[in-house]
Amino acid sequence: MAADGRPRPGAPLDPDAAISVRGLVKRYGDRTAVDGLDLDIRRGEIFALLGPNGAGKTTTVEVLEGYRRRDGGEVRVLGVDPARGGRRWKAELGIVLQSGAGDSQLSVRELLEARASYYADPRDPGEVLELVGLTEKAGARGRTLSGGQRRRLDVALGIVGRPRLLFLDEPTTGFDPEARRQFWALIRSLRDLGTTMLLTTHYLDEAETLADRVGVLARGQLAEVAVPTALGGRGSAPAVVSWTEDGVRRTAETTTPTAFVRDLAARFPGEVPDLAVSRPTLEDVYLKMIGGSGQ
Amino acid sequence: MTAPALPSLARVYGTRARVELREFFRQRESVVFTLAFPVILLLALGAVLDYDLGAGVDFPQYFMAGVVTAGIVGASLQNMAIHIAGERSDGTLKSLAGTPMPASAYFAGKVVQVLAVAVATIALLLGVGVLVYGIDLPSAADWLTFAWVSVLGAAACTLLGIAVSTLCRTGRSASATVTPIALVLEFVSGVFLPFDQVPGWLQDVAAVFPVKWLAQGLRSVFLPDALAAQEPAGSWELGRVALVLGAWCVLGLVLCVLTFRWQDRDTR
Repeated sequence: MAADGRPRPGAPLDPDAAISVRGLVKRYGDRTAVDGLDLDIRRGEIFALLGPNGAGKTTTVEVLEGYRRRDGGEVRVLGVDPARGGRRWKAELGIVLQSGAGDSQLSVRELLEARASYYADPRDPGEVLELVGLTEKAGARGRTLSGGQRRRLDVALGIVGRPRLLFLDEPTTGFDPEARRQFWALIRSLRDLGTTMLLTTHYLDEAETLADRVGVLARGQLAEVAVPTALGGRGSAPAVVSWTEDGVRRTAETTTPTAFVRDLAARFPGEVPDLAVSRPTLEDVYLKMIGGSGQ
Repeated sequence: MTAPALPSLARVYGTRARVELREFFRQRESVVFTLAFPVILLLALGAVLDYDLGAGVDFPQYFMAGVVTAGIVGASLQNMAIHIAGERSDGTLKSLAGTPMPASAYFAGKVVQVLAVAVATIALLLGVGVLVYGIDLPSAADWLTFAWVSVLGAAACTLLGIAVSTLCRTGRSASATVTPIALVLEFVSGVFLPFDQVPGWLQDVAAVFPVKWLAQGLRSVFLPDALAAQEPAGSWELGRVALVLGAWCVLGLVLCVLTFRWQDRDTR
């Protein structure tokens, strides 16, 4: 496997990877949702899958989770073909579905205790409640929770079995900024415990702050795989320098922003008015990527 | 290092049984709908209707077999169809399918729930019957018949309910579909009126379905043998009751195995 990117063309499945995918194809009728996807996710890694709606994110993740049958290709998740995964395999996984864990008359604590009892070596439900910040809601019935609390309950149910690999399908949809930051801290603490994570998200800041690598899905294929700071050639892309001169807003693209700013500084007696230096954001390169191959 | 062993089946079955009992008895609508409905039927129709059935049997005594039938059908067929459809559409089933919980544990929990609800409903009906209408409880040997007919009928209706749940997109649509079907089947099976007053061709239609045989078996429990003469065959036909209910169990099981899904149709 290359340092950041996809597996080499024709490379065999990687037996050491947490997730290894070669030539994955999934069709719905005439429509090809996933069209020859290759991917390796290392153990202990947080990998974010980005892409517009309909790009095949959830389909891909649900094939890996064992929910959907693939139409082609080879897949190994923790060394097992998900189409043949049994109880022992499922005990190693944590799954937070986009659709959540359903309605219930049980209290948050009862739900976690029931879920924990299916696993060989579960986490303590009380500790999990603490970890997701639902301790105060332990006695509340599942259906009385707010949207954000429900999502935290979904995550709690996903991690109570002490998974080695955690799938998170749009975990923070409906969170306020504060709740999202708390969730990020939770993901980092799980990473420190060695949990591998595959995350899908619409939030680019989330991918950038959490993920070791991001992959952009467009039209059922991985357009690119890279560390967040290098995606779309971001690291080496020209910088944009902007300032105000003679009352007019000026901008310039340059590959040597330091030298450019030094020259600029020489032309002004003091501060350069409204000086700003920017590189393309993850959002800029992402939109360019899906704009070029999507829609 | 060997991985720690998965919990035993018995432990997971125990968890599922507790979960299913809490899910049912904490939901006020389902408790009222399933437990109280047959009792209300008994009180309302028992007070209004006054058939003379002969052999010293008044309508409430005749009606006991009917309301117990309605109670069992409600606890099994309607309960399973409505709640499993709901659990499928809201993602509960899909979420469970992603855990190491064995599939059999889910169904074991449902069986415990059906048994508990059916026993509670029957106890309530017998209590109200004795206290309000002074009905005669079954005599010694009839309790055994009561038990096997109830268990076999509940099993057939539970399996059918699980199969039917797959046809309905949501719990609400399951309720709207299954409730009228159950009421019609009960009506043509002699639950609400003496079976010999049901038109002959409707009796023949009813005889295809398990509700008629459940009701007939229960009539043998609550009515004196003198009234067996009013049955279409002139007897209680307990052998045939066992055969037809058993056949529906087999058919229901086959349908469940062939059609049961853990997720909505569109997410294959």
